Amino acid sequence: MDTAAPRPKENQGAPLPRIDARLKVTGQAHYPADLPTANIAYGALATSSIARGKVTKLHLDDARAVPGLLDIVTYGDMDKVDKPKFGNSGATSIGPLHDRTIFHDGQIIALAVAETFEAAEEAAQLIRAEYEDDKPTASFDSPGTKTVPAAGKSPLFKEDVKAGDFDAAYAAAAVKIDQRYSTPTQHHNPIELFSTTAFWEGDQLVVHEASQNVTGWKVELARQLKIDPGKVRIVSPFIGGAFGSKGPMTPRTAIVAVAAKRLGRPVRCVTSRMQAFGIQTYRAETRHRIRIGAGKDGRITAFAHEGWEVTSRPDLYVVGGTSATGRMYDYGSVLTHVSLVQADRNTPGYMRSPPETPYVYALENAMDEMAVTLGMDPVEFRRINEPKTEPIGKKPFSSRSLIQCYDQAAEAFGWAKRDSKVGAMHDGDWLIGMGCATAIYPTAVAPCAARVRLTADGEVRVQCGSHEIGTGVRTVAAQMASERLGVGIDKISVEMGDSSLPPAPVSGGSISTASVCSAVLKACDAIRTKLYAAATAEGGPLAGSHNEEFDLADGKIVAKGGASAKVEDVLKTMQVGAIEEYVEFAPKGATPEALNKLYAGTPEFHGADQDEDSVKYAFGAEFVEVRINRYTREIRVPRIVGAFAAGRIMNTRTARSQLMGGMIWGIGQALHEATEVDRRYARYVNRDLQDYLVPVNADIKDLQVILVPEVDHAVNPAGVKGLGELGNVGTAAAVASAVYHATGKRIRDLPIRIEHLLS
Amino acid sequence: MRPFIYEQPTDISAAVAIASRFTTKDDQPTRANAQFIGGGTNLADYMKLGVAEPGRLLDLNRLEDPGLRQIRVTDDGIRFGALVRMGEASDHAEVKRRYPVIADSLRLAASGQIRNMASLAGNILQRTRCEYFRETSWHCNKRVPGSGCAAMEGFNRQHAVLGGSDACIATYHGDFAQALIALDAVLHAEGSRGARKIPFAKLHRQPGDTPHIETDLAADEIVSAIEVPAIEWARRSLYLKIRDRESYAFALASAAVALDLDGDNVREARIALGGVATVPWRARAAEEALQGKKLDETSAGVAADAAFAEAQPRQHNAFKIELGKRTLVRALLEARDMEV
Ligand SMILES: Cc1cc2nc3c(=O)[nH]c(=O)nc-3n(C[C@H](O)[C@H](O)[C@H](O)COP(=O)(O)OP(=O)(O)OC[C@H]3O[C@@H](n4cnc5c(N)ncnc54)[C@H](O)[C@@H]3O)c2cc1C
Ligand code: SF4
Repeated sequence: MDTAAPRPKENQGAPLPRIDARLKVTGQAHYPADLPTANIAYGALATSSIARGKVTKLHLDDARAVPGLLDIVTYGDMDKVDKPKFGNSGATSIGPLHDRTIFHDGQIIALAVAETFEAAEEAAQLIRAEYEDDKPTASFDSPGTKTVPAAGKSPLFKEDVKAGDFDAAYAAAAVKIDQRYSTPTQHHNPIELFSTTAFWEGDQLVVHEASQNVTGWKVELARQLKIDPGKVRIVSPFIGGAFGSKGPMTPRTAIVAVAAKRLGRPVRCVTSRMQAFGIQTYRAETRHRIRIGAGKDGRITAFAHEGWEVTSRPDLYVVGGTSATGRMYDYGSVLTHVSLVQADRNTPGYMRSPPETPYVYALENAMDEMAVTLGMDPVEFRRINEPKTEPIGKKPFSSRSLIQCYDQAAEAFGWAKRDSKVGAMHDGDWLIGMGCATAIYPTAVAPCAARVRLTADGEVRVQCGSHEIGTGVRTVAAQMASERLGVGIDKISVEMGDSSLPPAPVSGGSISTASVCSAVLKACDAIRTKLYAAATAEGGPLAGSHNEEFDLADGKIVAKGGASAKVEDVLKTMQVGAIEEYVEFAPKGATPEALNKLYAGTPEFHGADQDEDSVKYAFGAEFVEVRINRYTREIRVPRIVGAFAAGRIMNTRTARSQLMGGMIWGIGQALHEATEVDRRYARYVNRDLQDYLVPVNADIKDLQVILVPEVDHAVNPAGVKGLGELGNVGTAAAVASAVYHATGKRIRDLPIRIEHLLS
Repeated sequence: MRPFIYEQPTDISAAVAIASRFTTKDDQPTRANAQFIGGGTNLADYMKLGVAEPGRLLDLNRLEDPGLRQIRVTDDGIRFGALVRMGEASDHAEVKRRYPVIADSLRLAASGQIRNMASLAGNILQRTRCEYFRETSWHCNKRVPGSGCAAMEGFNRQHAVLGGSDACIATYHGDFAQALIALDAVLHAEGSRGARKIPFAKLHRQPGDTPHIETDLAADEIVSAIEVPAIEWARRSLYLKIRDRESYAFALASAAVALDLDGDNVREARIALGGVATVPWRARAAEEALQGKKLDETSAGVAADAAFAEAQPRQHNAFKIELGKRTLVRALLEARDMEV
């Protein structure tokens, strides 16, 4: 087996290639803007060039004179529809065309629609706005920000967690640190550009748009347009990268839908890379203050984590990662506080491991500093502070394999060969540094519906309104059906990404594999039960066999004793051509409304820190080697090893691929990624991939993913912990730790750049 | 993007004639109504962004003269046709052998796909990538003369510390040009007023009060060839490019270096600096500082200080002075230690 397809260990599934791999690599996978649509008109957005003020006048004559122009949707044209709502399904409450107030740079001011894409673009560029502009507030430290406590501002962030008496413990601690850290604005920049295609079939609206939440969008779009959700269909079969950017719907969708209605023909609006920085969400910039107090023996007695996060004026988006950082180690006492800082910016949103990436970065960089202060090996320091129960609610972890991850990753990395002295390792003109950090991601699960059909010829169709955002969820759903129904993977088709399918929760929070597989498992088991009942019933081929233990394999029911019957024959005795089951899976602890909420597009999340019996997290440990040139100080990462434990691994290939992508992203967060804000104007400056850097192939050399076996029956019926967002947590701290080891410079503000190491 | 007329002339004089008809003597090539297109990797990008708005595009790729696509090695040096692609030149065995600095500068630029598409003439004429220039809603003196410079007090991490003015500090980002200016290359151009040779060092203009005037070319002049003189010792030459990531990024600082050594002593040094200046930048003061000296870390440091003596930092790019110096020191020492 090759590296891309790791040999499965205990509780790990086969590294099957993705069932849609061939479609993707041969260009046959249709992304939303590729879906064939007849008689299409093209839309292009015009956006604001100020961040705060009012549009006093729009000059549309030049745009209207463009040959082929069909329509311009702007102020006044959206009055009959409702404003967007901010929340799980809505990126912002700003209805950009509902009122002339400008809340942020790059806000939509009009949509030009034309016969061709080129004409629409030209017209949009010719739309000129006159503004009454106010001096905007860009970010932290800018005059005019407003700071409010985050607790209670989001259903996902109810409180500032705490435990014990931090102040007393910190005051009494023998060794302490008190440091500040920061992370920059980041944009998802998925390669697939943001687009919306909308058309009406009578009073039915169809929207082709990349979405991580087709059910939520259907309901929210219907609300805005004041129509029955049953009349709205969101179609999103393939998604070219999402990372959270396609989780909540943005105001553009309704605007394009209105344009399509006005014209009576389909309208497709593909936005530009530059526009994406203003019309979508992004990762908020954050600041942190961390205090750790410990005894000389390295046992932590006090931990405080304060966070500050930028958000927009109208919407209070909370990042809030203290729930995870406050439960990471055996701290003794914990104090946390998160504040939101409102500025004239677009509303931030989810971006791959939204709370954990910035908050765990700060924690783990601080842990490394503390280990240095204590003169202790950083792995040893974590080992000493490994908790038996989590410090906040004193609940056990449903499973926690962090130390196994550290041991296996350290071994593979060769940590023992590290000379702990700063600056001691080099190779010619290159300084070598080695560092490590912990990864953590909450394990949640949500209600999910699925429909599975088994036909007499052994074909299986799985339908579930989840989303293939590149994780391989179609493939693992097929694997689950294959395992439970004893059918080869080539006989299984999986339909996803359509709001007319059974509803699934938003594909966020790394819940998809757990939720979808739990639903598919339940549907398959319902089919199994029916088949077995029929087979063992009087007159059935296995009549008289009462052993409850049986299996399905190769199109046959095989009872424990060895007797078997063809599924085909069982169906005949049932006088049906197929068995189809529609199931609704609700996790343990679900409220009575949980299923209604699923259909309403506002699914409940369970697990993580929400359950009574235990807290549920997946863990990992990452080790990196950096090389820094003695003269010119460029930083490269030739080697990275991550070991992760995440319960049952459905498919070692797709799991490795997610973790690898996460680790690479983490290297980017450490060294490259930042959206630069021109503080005078509160405007983004580097709005394309020329200047918004992410790692390229040449940056990634030796990368190793270790899948540590772990069994956890408490998390969900499938036994799966999500790992899509685990890999990029902690990486940046590991890089910072390695940079310190190489140079003696502790960089606390991301990204770490050449200029930080020159002096 | 503004609609445009697209033409594919087949010989240079016809291309020049069309260009003359649709431009005036005073037009800048980058602002003229008719503009030439080579690989299009720079111009088409700027047309889509609304930064360049030619009404007529003259595609040079159908020009029949085979010399435009050839690399010719003679006793006098090497001659690159204007339409030779970056990738062809960087992979050329004789280029690699005789002028490693040229091959490196091209190999370390852009990506494989762009190198296969981009022409050498287009490469040296590539325009700045200043973020405020690329996006038409900002004030930019280069794009709209007299409108102001948003970069001066803005986010100017990538901007130049050498050769700037109060009107513009946009960096010249090309790599190949640093090799050419160091080696005293000469351009061949053909226009309505005939053919002429332009020393490479005279091609680009510092911004001064007129940042919109970027080169010495007339709007109807076509670059037909680039000539590099034969320099026996140019085998001891290299291009060192320092950037935020390992590949596919512009230089934060770079150095093109060629050395004529007598033992460890410098008979002659050629030095050009990239990523730090508004135009391809020959560092003559550094060259002079090294002449006749033993090349070591100390003398290289003195030369580097001389190269940046006039540097003007802004808020976010001050590091480029220190980085530029270190890049030059490292490049000189690595060139000294080359096996040739
Ligand atoms: C993502 C990206 C990364 C890049 N990275 C680098 C890098 O690291 N280093 C680097 O050096 N470059 C880099 N480049 C720039 C690239 O090298 C240039 O875009 C390319 O060399 C331009 O060549 P072209 O033939 O495509 O020019 P075109 O786009 O066709 O033309 C550029 C200009 O030259 C004019 N022109 C073209 N040919 C002639 C001629 N024969 N006579 C007169 N005028 C002419 C055109 O009118 C236009 O003004 C990068 C580009 C991109 C898009
Ligand atoms: S530096 Fe030059 S190109 Fe950039 S904004 Fe200023 S004037 Fe324009």
